[in-house]
Amino acid sequence: MSKFQFPESIASRPVYGTLEPRPGKAHLMIADAEGAEAILDLAAQDAGLMAKTHIIYIPKGTDFAEALRALEPAQFYEGPSYAASVQRIRKVLGDAHMGLQVYLAGTEGLMGQAMNEAVSAGIPASAIQTEHRGSIARRMQCVHCKGITEDVTTDPFVCSHCGLNLFVRDHYSRRLAAFQGVCIDAEDPGNVPAPVELYK
Amino acid sequence: MSAAPQKAKAGAEKIAVTVSAVVPLNDLVTRFEFTRTDGADFPPFSAGAHTVVEMRDGDRTRLNPYSLMSDPADRSIYAISVRRDDQGRGGSLFMHTNVKVGDQMTLTYPVNLFPLDLRAKKHVFFAGGIGITPFKAMIAQLEQSNGNWELHYACRTPALGTYADELAEKYANKVHIYYDDQSQAIPLEDLLDGQPLGTHIYVCGPAGMIDWVHATATAHGWPSENVHSEEFLAPQPGKPFEVRLCQSDITIQVGEHESLLEAMERCGVDAPFLCRGGACGQCETDVVEADGEFVHRDHWLDDEDHASGKKIMPCVSRFIGKTLVLDR
Repeated sequence: MSKFQFPESIASRPVYGTLEPRPGKAHLMIADAEGAEAILDLAAQDAGLMAKTHIIYIPKGTDFAEALRALEPAQFYEGPSYAASVQRIRKVLGDAHMGLQVYLAGTEGLMGQAMNEAVSAGIPASAIQTEHRGSIARRMQCVHCKGITEDVTTDPFVCSHCGLNLFVRDHYSRRLAAFQGVCIDAEDPGNVPAPVELYK
Repeated sequence: MSAAPQKAKAGAEKIAVTVSAVVPLNDLVTRFEFTRTDGADFPPFSAGAHTVVEMRDGDRTRLNPYSLMSDPADRSIYAISVRRDDQGRGGSLFMHTNVKVGDQMTLTYPVNLFPLDLRAKKHVFFAGGIGITPFKAMIAQLEQSNGNWELHYACRTPALGTYADELAEKYANKVHIYYDDQSQAIPLEDLLDGQPLGTHIYVCGPAGMIDWVHATATAHGWPSENVHSEEFLAPQPGKPFEVRLCQSDITIQVGEHESLLEAMERCGVDAPFLCRGGACGQCETDVVEADGEFVHRDHWLDDEDHASGKKIMPCVSRFIGKTLVLDR
């Protein structure tokens, strides 16, 4: 199974649900890696759903793409990365009308960034469904140099931009779709605890 | 605690006004315009706000909420349009028959329970009958900022189409009127189809119309956050009942034709309120003890609260039974 139960945390930390079919004129599903499993589960609940669905999928090295294609969605796009897919996401949202349902599934980084696109297109955040699947890696912002480090799995970690040792916080920015990383050895440089895997 | 000063009395702050114009618009609707008695400007209001009008009807004080329908940019007047309800509790009838130019009256500061969502990419208004009033102010406000809006307005007949001609003439491309007597109806499903992402809809009119718009929008996949409505309920008469108010340490009788809130006020209890129509939540009161049945009529509490028997909205809800003790 690709599901993970996140421990309870501060109010800033996003919480994710389970995708369910909702009435709508059109459906946009954006997923990466194991997020495909959430879409497969969703499609199994409503046979009519896929005829009105556009799937944007980023495999990240997994092999779910064929299974998604077999659902016969109205449109299917497979992108090499989120950055490569974001143009299409913006175009689809820009052309969309009220009655569109948005479903996001997969990693926190993908869901957070796609959520931002959907909200700035005019959909309220509370009307967008999310389901976490797969990697628990986080998209982190270094609060010192503002650089983003993707797919962080240990705490502390080294900023991929400025090289500081950063402590992984649950403090989350919806605007940046990233958690905040704060220098862990500012007062005693070099005194860095050994990195441990997140949630261990 | 907020820094706001504690108010001495319940309800919004009050403004002494003079009736400056009484303009009959058709058989049922009359516009009343007010200026401030002290000659100053009115406080600014945002479109969709209402004011509670205090009417001195003999030894009875009537307090009715009405949407402000004047241009929010014009601070020299406040205006309301009142539909006469011959079967109602008498507030609108009092306005129509007793209020004359030059009369001194009292209004409350505006309270907005039906604001525009200014993040919207487009605003679509659905009005039924006298439900046109808040949209008059909203249209004036949006025109100032070149806002994207359209109005769909259902009236019974051309003769009773309050402001219909005026609006249709001024905004010919944005205003659509539907007359019941010509079997015209708002094509709601078509109108919900194809609206740009980020459109918000607003409905004001009879309860059936409000429910219809909410239900149809939900079925078409509209988020509830994008669907706004306002309906003020008038308190309905019911069997008299007795209530014990334990904070005030008195037992009061609620008459057939008065609300629980009005009965409290008559007995000198300073109970909080803003809208007096079951919408704002200000008068929510905890139930200490109850042996009987609640008649909940508000739009504020959810079904769970209604079923719990722990809360009541005294502005519109009643009680049938032996004992009711409230924490007031």
